[in-house]
Amino acid sequence: MALLQISEPGASPEPHTRRHAVGIDLGTTHSLVAAVRSGVAECLPDHDGEVLLPSAVRYLEGGRVAIGRDALAGAVDDPKNTIVSVKRLMGRGLDDVGAATRRAYDFVDDAVGMVRLSTRAGIKSPVEVSAEILAALRQRAEDTLDAHLYGAVVTVPAYFDDAQRQATKDAAELAGLQVLRLISEPTAASIAYGLDNASEGLYAVYDLGGGTFDISLLRMTKGVFEVVATGGDSALGGDDIDAAFAAWVLARAGAEAADAGDRRAAMLAARAAKETLSTQERAVFRCSVSGRNVELAVERSDLEAVARPFVDRTIAAVRAVVRDARVARDAIDGIVLVGGATRMPLVRQAVHEFFGRAPLTNLDPDQVVALGAARQADALAGNVGAGDLLLLDVVPLSLGIETMGGLVERIIERNSPIPTARAQSFTTFQDGQTAMAIHVVQGERDLVADCRSLARFELHGIPPMVAGAARIQVTFTVDADGLLSVEAREETSGVEASVTVKPSYGLSDDEVTRMLQEGFGHAEDDMAARALREAQVDADRLLAALASALASDGDLLASGERAVLDALAETLRRTRAGSDRAAIEQSMQALSAATDPFAAERMNRGIRRALAGRRVEDL
Amino acid sequence: MHLATDDFELFGLPRRFAIDRAELDARRRALQAEVHPDRFVGADAASRRAAMQWAVRVNEAYERLADPVRRGAYLCELAGVPIAAEDNTAMPAEFLRQQMAWREALAEAESRAEIDVVWRELERERRLALERLAAALDERQDAASAAREVRGLMFVERFAADVDRRVAKLEG
Repeated sequence: MALLQISEPGASPEPHTRRHAVGIDLGTTHSLVAAVRSGVAECLPDHDGEVLLPSAVRYLEGGRVAIGRDALAGAVDDPKNTIVSVKRLMGRGLDDVGAATRRAYDFVDDAVGMVRLSTRAGIKSPVEVSAEILAALRQRAEDTLDAHLYGAVVTVPAYFDDAQRQATKDAAELAGLQVLRLISEPTAASIAYGLDNASEGLYAVYDLGGGTFDISLLRMTKGVFEVVATGGDSALGGDDIDAAFAAWVLARAGAEAADAGDRRAAMLAARAAKETLSTQERAVFRCSVSGRNVELAVERSDLEAVARPFVDRTIAAVRAVVRDARVARDAIDGIVLVGGATRMPLVRQAVHEFFGRAPLTNLDPDQVVALGAARQADALAGNVGAGDLLLLDVVPLSLGIETMGGLVERIIERNSPIPTARAQSFTTFQDGQTAMAIHVVQGERDLVADCRSLARFELHGIPPMVAGAARIQVTFTVDADGLLSVEAREETSGVEASVTVKPSYGLSDDEVTRMLQEGFGHAEDDMAARALREAQVDADRLLAALASALASDGDLLASGERAVLDALAETLRRTRAGSDRAAIEQSMQALSAATDPFAAERMNRGIRRALAGRRVEDL
Repeated sequence: MHLATDDFELFGLPRRFAIDRAELDARRRALQAEVHPDRFVGADAASRRAAMQWAVRVNEAYERLADPVRRGAYLCELAGVPIAAEDNTAMPAEFLRQQMAWREALAEAESRAEIDVVWRELERERRLALERLAAALDERQDAASAAREVRGLMFVERFAADVDRRVAKLEG
């Protein structure tokens, strides 16, 4: 039986308002969901007691979908309809996909932007496939916690670019999850590690997952986790080692993989052998390809010879980040390992050699990310006891726009703390030019061709002027999720130029809406009912937020102002009780608008408190 | 306190070049603990918007104060002497000669050790220029000569970035 929660007197007026928020690690190989219960973060198991959900989705006959282990069972016999490692396809175009992956599935040839897969259930975007995994985890959490979820923190590799992050957020929304925040995997790991060990100082998090590699340097100070620098390779992971090892063994055995099923079988056998070799010196590689049984004894040194170039690439990225952060290697207080692939002795040894100290291994590299995400979710939900946890993250890759000659003008430099906003002015090239195309790119290289295309914008309605006279101010804003938005304005005339966005590798807003309408994971209820419920939930949130703001800072308001807010809140309570969605939204808007000055005043008080707090400490 | 409050006042620090880095970091954490959007996830739209604006503002001020060259430039600006680097590209002949010598040395350097020689030279010049900048701003209140030092330091920083790129290329 679960223990009853007893809150501190006065701390939480309504214990039943405790919000259930979860952390989700959407991994290349496995995914997990975790929650904080009775003050302890734990991964939630499925009916069989397993916490790891293989990130595999199989589209079956008759419109059914198998997820996880059930799906994996079809990986060899039904490879084209069994999608694994879909994370590697998020926010990616066909050109980004390696030859091996391209052979594994039926990709839609003429898809622009993000890849599309042709399956027996129709054409699927990686976002929809990921949403299946997320919906399964959401279901697991709701069953285990026996509650409606307030929201989720979903982790992404620190080195994910904007398109990959946006795709992840779209997938979560498609799965019916309210995304409280996207946070980076190494940061999540450091939260779990740091809070459990009360660590202070500068830590390096080395995160080698199935499909991505991240390295982050973080400073931990009394519950504040500050990312100093981050780097990595979003297309390098344990999968690559498995594939290379499988190829090596097959060549050695004189066998050849004939089709996608064979390749899947060889990969799985290679992974099994790799895992055995983490603890044993010898293993037997066993699989069946082209109807022939391949069995070969392999040694750890064989695997290490194959894995060495991949591990060397990770160390090169580590070196670059340490250089970027301008810190000495011996200034680092500890190294945290994350990701199943860090179980390989070769990885541990390479990390040890680079930093001159042994990495910390007293945590489960598979679970630590989800556990940290759960802590952050609990804090964001505002639950009592979540403490003063605060995450200060950075932009992983520089953001800029294309200028004449295919060059990149950087607007936001990598490792800038987020949220951040930067403006830059541009001008017209020709007399009478009334439109301008803006190409947003991400990356560290000087040529547009070497960077990642994020989106193209077109600005219309610039007043005709001589060349060079217009002043178009382009503002880049990166929010706390690490997501970019761009605005443009012609300054001399004050004309707000209209902007149309074409994401290079993302889904357009229309596509997301369509997928939502197609009732992904919500077959049981219709759109109107869902929209009403969402409006009601939003209204509840707004009312709760206002009540807590009034409780803490109500003294900032004159009695007249207070009366206006109270009246508007009452109207909202009344409309919320009914079933007219438009009326609910209208009264929410009215209340929100009226709280603007109050919000500004409260923020001001917070800032004065921050400074005053310091001064007292100084005494 | 409003969004246009200057960086020093926002951080409750005296308006001068010399800065206590640990204090700056601690104040940034204290300010973000109050205004960061994570503190307002469940709040109304107005609060979320205000939090976003303030968190952006705090980060902007933090980055500017943490970087000595940008901090120097900012103090010059506050003193009514904008840097206007694009309009002031004329540097003393002696300074330009030194720049060319460094660039040649970097171009000819073939090993990490040779690059390190250039780097140490660069670091020394940077340190001296920062000392002159501090003296101009904090002791003599001479914003005009401080602005000249800042322009020189901007050249030095660009060269330092080139050195970094060479090292990165060398180390793969």
